[in-house]
Amino acid sequence: MSNPSTPVVELQGLEVRFGGRPILKGLSASLTGRCIGLLGPNGAGKTTLLHTLLGFHPPAAGTARVFGHDIRTETRAIRGFMGYMPETDAFISGMTAVRFIRLMGELSGLPSERALERAHESLFYVGLGEARYRKVETYSLGMKQLAKLAQALVHGPRLLFLDEPTNGLDPTARERMLKLIRDIRDTGEVNIILSSHLLRDVEECCEEVLVLKQGAIATYCNLEEERRANRKFLELEIRGGDEASFAAAVEALGVEMAVAGKQRMKIVLPEGIETRDLYRLAAERQVQIRRLDYKRDSLQDIFIKAMDMEVGDHGRL
Amino acid sequence: MAVYKSNYGRYRGELTPLWSRFLILPRYAFREVFQSRGFVAFFTFCFAVPFAGLLMIYLHHNLAALKFLNLPLEQLQQALPINAAFFRTGLDWQGALCFLLALFVGPALIAPDLRNNGLPLYLSRPFTRSEYVLGKMMVLVALMSLITWIPGLLLFFFQSYLDGAGWLGENLGIAGAIFLGSWVWILVLSLVALAVSAWVKWKPVARISLLIVFFVFSGFARALNEALDTWWGWMFSLWAAMQNVWASLFGVEIDEHLAVPIWAAWLTLAAGCALCLWLLSRRIRAYEVVR
Repeated sequence: MSNPSTPVVELQGLEVRFGGRPILKGLSASLTGRCIGLLGPNGAGKTTLLHTLLGFHPPAAGTARVFGHDIRTETRAIRGFMGYMPETDAFISGMTAVRFIRLMGELSGLPSERALERAHESLFYVGLGEARYRKVETYSLGMKQLAKLAQALVHGPRLLFLDEPTNGLDPTARERMLKLIRDIRDTGEVNIILSSHLLRDVEECCEEVLVLKQGAIATYCNLEEERRANRKFLELEIRGGDEASFAAAVEALGVEMAVAGKQRMKIVLPEGIETRDLYRLAAERQVQIRRLDYKRDSLQDIFIKAMDMEVGDHGRL
Repeated sequence: MAVYKSNYGRYRGELTPLWSRFLILPRYAFREVFQSRGFVAFFTFCFAVPFAGLLMIYLHHNLAALKFLNLPLEQLQQALPINAAFFRTGLDWQGALCFLLALFVGPALIAPDLRNNGLPLYLSRPFTRSEYVLGKMMVLVALMSLITWIPGLLLFFFQSYLDGAGWLGENLGIAGAIFLGSWVWILVLSLVALAVSAWVKWKPVARISLLIVFFVFSGFARALNEALDTWWGWMFSLWAAMQNVWASLFGVEIDEHLAVPIWAAWLTLAAGCALCLWLLSRRIRAYEVVR
């Protein structure tokens, strides 16, 4: 049993290469939240990170620890307390859902009768109770996603890896899946790592977010703290004049800034700087400020800011 | 996670031992396999030869039965002696049936898991690739054992019981040949069937591929031998290698045109198995990495 203060996942210079090509570039972070979001555009390395933690890909350098267990030497122990819902369609054909989930439970170490019992319970829990005697291949896409979640839960894991759980779901099914994830999170019995490229999914379920870009950590933030800080920022829409020079001048004032689009920028004003300073800089460069709104920082802003940054060495920006 | 509570709960009960988990796969597979009536009929037929062998051994020793059937005892005993050749012929028949069994069951073992991305589900649990292959192999090993060395040894001990301890002592090598000969063939067939199933996702094509491995390669080997007036063409034929190994184990003659040095036969089988294991190790992965 690990110490309760042990991080859920600790990355220590983790590097993964496929055929010499770096996919994860020396990631270092300590993830501690109840529900941790893995965000990033397609190809950022989210799924590779999950697979590496599961022991599917050997690290080329560095290592990672899951609840204190080293992924290089204790893969089997890690897989014992972990549930994994893969991104792609995945099932064992020719079996009813209850038999499929029971098999998965038994492979995780549950005795046969307990596996059967928990297979029924998991299927009821995810909402497939009525369809549990149907073969999985006859399920709709949404039902298959729920069956994948049920197989990840059947053995009662301590840590759940959900890889794009809302992929291909219609809005109703998506809401239902997110509600299930929140319910599981709120039991306090399990930690969740949710990988997604959908900001809303992560924002609705997660307390912490690790943003990946090109195999490196773009940013790691605690959404709960961000929400509590209730930090406001300004959203500006500008036209005409020397926009690049205006952006540089604004940045020179010492403000935090992210360019959100061609003629849009988001800035957080530090103490002592006021909006009149922005108008002055705009007037000097003949830039029109068409819109200026106060807004709260959202995950989208954090994400966009992270995506604007350049990838540096050692998996950090 | 009781249904009435409708809430998630961790499992904190006892777990099954790690070493026994690979046996879960054959348990589930048997149920699937025996759901087919065609397979049940075929599997029942597989016991026809051992049953005929049982009858022959019984008649061989039962004077009253022979008299009743009006069969000449001495002529019968000379025509059908219960010796190494008798058991070798039985294994030959059962070996052919094993091939048909591999053809029926083998292609459905791994291909569906690969087609439906089932491997990450298995391998994300405390369950290794070797255990997965071993579990799938156990399906074929158990079914083939039931029709080869198990009935073979039962017949051997039945004959020993009827003929007495002297016969048992003189022919103990036959029991060893039945056991070892069966296991070698079972391992070769199982590995080839699994390797084909892992590389060919479509069942009918996998079956054709199995036929190619055994029959087309044997035909090619024969053609090579005749064209070049040599024997080493048989090193491409697992069937010919097995015939040589069986003949050597039972200490009986082999058809002259099939004969190869015994080291060459063992080398062919070992190389075949090694190739299949390599093919399996390339294919049985949670995810295929595109480099």
